[in-house]
Amino acid sequence: MSIFVNKETRLVVQGITGKEGQFHTRQCIEYGTNVVAGVTPGKGGQTMDKVPVFNTVRSAVEATGANTSMIFVPPPFCADAIMEAADSGVALIIAITEGIPVLDMVKVKNFLATKTCRLIGPNCPGIITPGECKIGIMPGKIHLAGGPVGVISRSGTLTYEVVDQLTKLGIGQTTCIGIGGDPVNGTNFIDVLGAFENDPDTQAIVMVGEIGGNAEEEAAAYIKAHVTKPVVGFIAGLTAPPGRTMGHAGAIISGNSGTGQAKIEAMEQNGIRVCKNLGTIGETCKEFF
Amino acid sequence: MKIHEYQAKELFRTFGVPVPDGSVAFSVEEAVEVAKGLGSYPVVVKAQIHAGGRGKGGGVKLAASEDEAMGFADDILGMTLVTHQTGPEGRVVNKLLVEAGQEIATELYLSLLVDRATAGIVIMASQEGGMDIEEVAASTPEKIIKVRVDPLTGIQGYHLREVGFGLGLPKAALREFSTLLKNLYTLFVKNDCSLLEINPLILTKDDRVMALDAKVDIDSNALFRHRSLLDLRDLDEEDPLEVEASNFNLNYINLDGNVGNIVNGAGLAMATMDIIKNAGAEPANFMDVGGGATAEMVENALRIILKDEKVKAVLINIFGGILRCDVFAEGIVAAAQKVGITIPVVVRMEGTNVEKGKEILAVSGLNLINAVDLKDAAEKVAAAI
Repeated sequence: MSIFVNKETRLVVQGITGKEGQFHTRQCIEYGTNVVAGVTPGKGGQTMDKVPVFNTVRSAVEATGANTSMIFVPPPFCADAIMEAADSGVALIIAITEGIPVLDMVKVKNFLATKTCRLIGPNCPGIITPGECKIGIMPGKIHLAGGPVGVISRSGTLTYEVVDQLTKLGIGQTTCIGIGGDPVNGTNFIDVLGAFENDPDTQAIVMVGEIGGNAEEEAAAYIKAHVTKPVVGFIAGLTAPPGRTMGHAGAIISGNSGTGQAKIEAMEQNGIRVCKNLGTIGETCKEFF
Repeated sequence: MKIHEYQAKELFRTFGVPVPDGSVAFSVEEAVEVAKGLGSYPVVVKAQIHAGGRGKGGGVKLAASEDEAMGFADDILGMTLVTHQTGPEGRVVNKLLVEAGQEIATELYLSLLVDRATAGIVIMASQEGGMDIEEVAASTPEKIIKVRVDPLTGIQGYHLREVGFGLGLPKAALREFSTLLKNLYTLFVKNDCSLLEINPLILTKDDRVMALDAKVDIDSNALFRHRSLLDLRDLDEEDPLEVEASNFNLNYINLDGNVGNIVNGAGLAMATMDIIKNAGAEPANFMDVGGGATAEMVENALRIILKDEKVKAVLINIFGGILRCDVFAEGIVAAAQKVGITIPVVVRMEGTNVEKGKEILAVSGLNLINAVDLKDAAEKVAAAI
């Protein structure tokens, strides 16, 4: 078992003919992901490798039964692309694009509230169920299939680091999700924690947060109330200065809010085992799980 | 992107938000000209830097005459202004705003911001104007009015009424306040602001409302659709190395420590800073070269970091994954030769062909130290300083 994506996933790639879109679509196909369609307006009727390209998401869904979308559309057009996917009946939308204006995302988020689909990202590495389906830009081969750990993170390469340490210690993963580093995003920690709690194959969870906002604090309270599985946590940015955006648009300490220390305290108070040194997070998991 | 108060007030004027008469001045002479042009005293002479707390730091003065205005302008221009937001090193003042003094009846607080938790635009207002709003929020949260606006439908009359009545404004000022708030919302959305703050917003003795101060932050990600706002960027307010890094699309923040670091990905970059500190050293910077790092980006990053004289050692931490480490290692060697390194550089990389990559570094004859993993990298770099 896994959450959100598996062998049954039928993927459409929005922005499939762009440089990034092409490169990562090929990586996903190589991993075994079932890519059924691509979308690039104006290039309908062409193919990318053997994948048929459509002008609109709606026509791609009608022709191929795609149920999940991966988006590589540039920031000025990405909000449009997400809403197009949502309006075309795609159930799961994974937006990789970094740099979408926050007021665009605010509109998208309110628009999606009227739909039943799920958005992961934007500004995220994507989602992978090792051995079954990779949707995103993460390196597939650092993962180890079969569980028992579910990984959820606001970051990309930091997640790879964590997964790599787990794999090297022989600890497999059920599903790994990057929810993205933007201040306004789709799926949050709580959504994923709930899904991992309900997934029988996920027996433990690693949650990787960072400074900015209070999603980690809310997730910590949720874990105490609803999650029975052990959780190891990590927070990046303890040495970050206040008032500066640390690469991710959402990673900023504003006044007294969003500090790493407050997040660690909230996690520890709610029974999460917090690892303070990234170099030892694999070992911490081995010991705690 | 931050902009100056005088620039924010020009935006306010364009959108019909009342502000005092006044203008920017770059010299004492210009300041006196502006003061004379205002026609009456007192005038206010305000330092223009990208930081709050200017009044407490001595950067805002009320002048009762032309002579006083000249004296204050002379004092403030060129001074190093230290406020709680500048850090102890302070900021040199190169610009002034000179504007007409106002007869203040009441000082209020008003701001608009993007609320990440509710994905809405939130209006915050308080009768406790002129105070540090974070202190007000902490000690007397009931004194803060918060109204969320749905971005899909925009600002409605009831939002304006909730804020206006909530502030206890006199009837005579309500209509003008509603227009002001509505215009501010339009300004916020049209210019992709991430924060707009007026502290204080004043009620004058004749029941008019006016923005006495103005702070506006623009969402950098939205600048592609606001080319004219790009002109408002003031490079004097930014660290020169940070400006150079931004020209190469590198996310760089200069800090106080002595271990430079180059990392791909923001989360891993923050965690690398933390691990340097854990190992007993201090990070000299935050440097994210992007998730898909290339040797060229690392070369630019290395050159910038080595310009920072505080830096005594460098840690390069690249988790490539898809990236081929042998190609990457060749790039690092080429970059190190080109830039010329005289201090220890610890390299930790992961990805395809990592063994081959390490071999290339080892035989390069350069001061490049291989690290097996992150823990090892932090220890080696801390030991190297």
